[in-house]
Amino acid sequence: MTDMAASLTLVALAGCLVAIGVYLLLERTLSRIIIGLALLTNGINVLILVAGGKAGTPPLIGRDDPRPISDPLPQAFILTAIVITLGVTAFLLAMAYRSWQLNDHDEVQDDLEDRRMANRELREAMAHRRLDDDGATVEDDAALSRDETAGSDGDPTDVDDTDAEQTEAPHQQRSEAEENAQ
Amino acid sequence: MTLSWIVPLPILIPLLAAGAALAFGRHPRLARGIALAALSLSLAIAVVLIVVVDHNALVVDVGSWAAPVGITLVADRFSALMLAVSVAVTLAVLVYTTAQGVADEDAGAPVAVFYPTFLILSAGVSNAFLTGDLFNLYVGFEILLVASFVLITLGGSRDRIRAGTIYIVVSLLSSALFLLAIALTYAAVGTVSFAHMSTRLAEIDPAMRTIIHLALLSAFGIKAAVFPLSAWLPDSYPTAPAPVTAVFAGLLTKVGVYAIIRTETLLFPGGELSALLGWLALATMVVGILGAVAQNDLKRMLSFTLVSHIGFMIWGISTNTEAGINAAIFYAVHHIIVQTSLFLVAGLIERYGGTTSLVRLGSLAHAIPLTAVLYLIPALNLAGVPPFTGFIGKVGLIQAAAERGQTLDYILITGALIASILTLYAVVKSWNMAFWQEAESPLPAVTPTAPMLGAAASLVVLALVVSAGAGQVLRYTESAAARLMNPTHYMDAVILDDGRGHGQSDAEVTK
Repeated sequence: MTDMAASLTLVALAGCLVAIGVYLLLERTLSRIIIGLALLTNGINVLILVAGGKAGTPPLIGRDDPRPISDPLPQAFILTAIVITLGVTAFLLAMAYRSWQLNDHDEVQDDLEDRRMANRELREAMAHRRLDDDGATVEDDAALSRDETAGSDGDPTDVDDTDAEQTEAPHQQRSEAEENAQ
Repeated sequence: MTLSWIVPLPILIPLLAAGAALAFGRHPRLARGIALAALSLSLAIAVVLIVVVDHNALVVDVGSWAAPVGITLVADRFSALMLAVSVAVTLAVLVYTTAQGVADEDAGAPVAVFYPTFLILSAGVSNAFLTGDLFNLYVGFEILLVASFVLITLGGSRDRIRAGTIYIVVSLLSSALFLLAIALTYAAVGTVSFAHMSTRLAEIDPAMRTIIHLALLSAFGIKAAVFPLSAWLPDSYPTAPAPVTAVFAGLLTKVGVYAIIRTETLLFPGGELSALLGWLALATMVVGILGAVAQNDLKRMLSFTLVSHIGFMIWGISTNTEAGINAAIFYAVHHIIVQTSLFLVAGLIERYGGTTSLVRLGSLAHAIPLTAVLYLIPALNLAGVPPFTGFIGKVGLIQAAAERGQTLDYILITGALIASILTLYAVVKSWNMAFWQEAESPLPAVTPTAPMLGAAASLVVLALVVSAGAGQVLRYTESAAARLMNPTHYMDAVILDDGRGHGQSDAEVTK
């Protein structure tokens, strides 16, 4: 059995890397997330190294060294994990660049569908459609309904924002009018 | 001479074919042919495996490195069944994509990247199902994840980059968690071979064992989309192209479920966390389906039902009985086929109507009656209407829970029935809106071609065949569950009497 006393320096290093990695992962900017992921996985790699026990002589067959050899398995794990992280990081960088091309930033976007779900006009259109099929208010519904999925080339944020403004606008005008009256 | 040499083929063939398809990227027809041939061959091998491993599990020590040190591939009944179903579904989706590519004359489809990536995804899924080694399971996950990253951001449009970012970051977090669990496991038991871990985990400090158990379950829970870790799925799946969503929905979450079943039966038998899994299953079923009811887009609705029905499988696992595991395996088989066919049909609808928004679609039952039938059958199947597989699976789960008969079991039965009724409500609501009601504005009306319909129909028919032959399938899943609940079979197959595997490295070690 190998000596399992772990090196405190390595454990502390792993802890620091993981902590910083988690902190950066919580950011909204993709480039920081990438750095965070790199730190996180490297922190875990150090932990795997610790898991392999004390360092020894090179684990090669045919050496006549009587001293204990290093455990080669964790090293194989770490190498594999590093290669995987490298590939994934390259992919993420490409995606951050693409996001920058499209949006001029690389922040993770909100899911607009959630806001659409909360949009009262659309909800009412749905409720109406569910109850009524006589075709009397098709025009009204058509004016309210909007395609959520098609037209991915268009900017959905714009649509949503204008819509939000439209719903808010009468309210604001009314409150302004009330203030003027007061 | 055993047939064990065929075990690695479902991984090797798609990988080699991926390279060939990439090399012939400029000849879409050739790349397509290679992909179809590779997956057909994989399917044939998977079917042979189902028959062969019915008696004894097949074990391959990769590169002749003996078991606890080297990587082992193990095909037992459970792996072989999952492998065959997954390859069959992947092949159907590939046929669908090919038909779509032919119909569109490859306009706008980056074929050069699509086929190789799709094959690599298949190889990753097969590797995850066949491996008998925790670290190789991680590698299998990474193979399928990286392929899925490319597929989900295919085309690089604004929506897909947004959805892809969330999917990728969450997936990578789960991978990091998995790697952490591997580090803990190796530090605690000094091995990553499932069979070896199973023996050694029983001997370590129970607190440490629970920590490793929880770490593994969290990592697999993200992949399987179990409730508190499921929010990423309905957010990212619907924006991908329909066939990609179909294969993701069918397979990727089920790989997570597969890993959870292995964890609960082989690595941590005894069900110390089964109550926790039971509550999570309940939350997944109910919260998922409440999300589905609120949706007004077909693909999003289906994504939420996907989350909800993962809860049914977790429920089966949480009972920690042979009947429960049996029902969970049958439900997984049912769900892979049905959910994939529903997403393929959603693709047909999107093609005809130009959208999957239920507010915009209409009159489809009149316009494309065949597609309507192809939607209705799996939709009712998903909700658990007899005599389809969903009904049989749910009855099996309820029976297994009632046999155990604790308070939690009855709460879970109630939750499952509510989730089933709400599933019926959600799919029938979308049926009403998309198929029966009049469309508000004329739809683009691009009729799907016969091969596309055929690919979707083949999965619907497969589900019907499984319904008709449910007795046979259940007999197989029962024997698979019996083997899972008695892990000594697995251990004896992998580790021989001398404490090592079939490989040759023991000679060097004893020297």
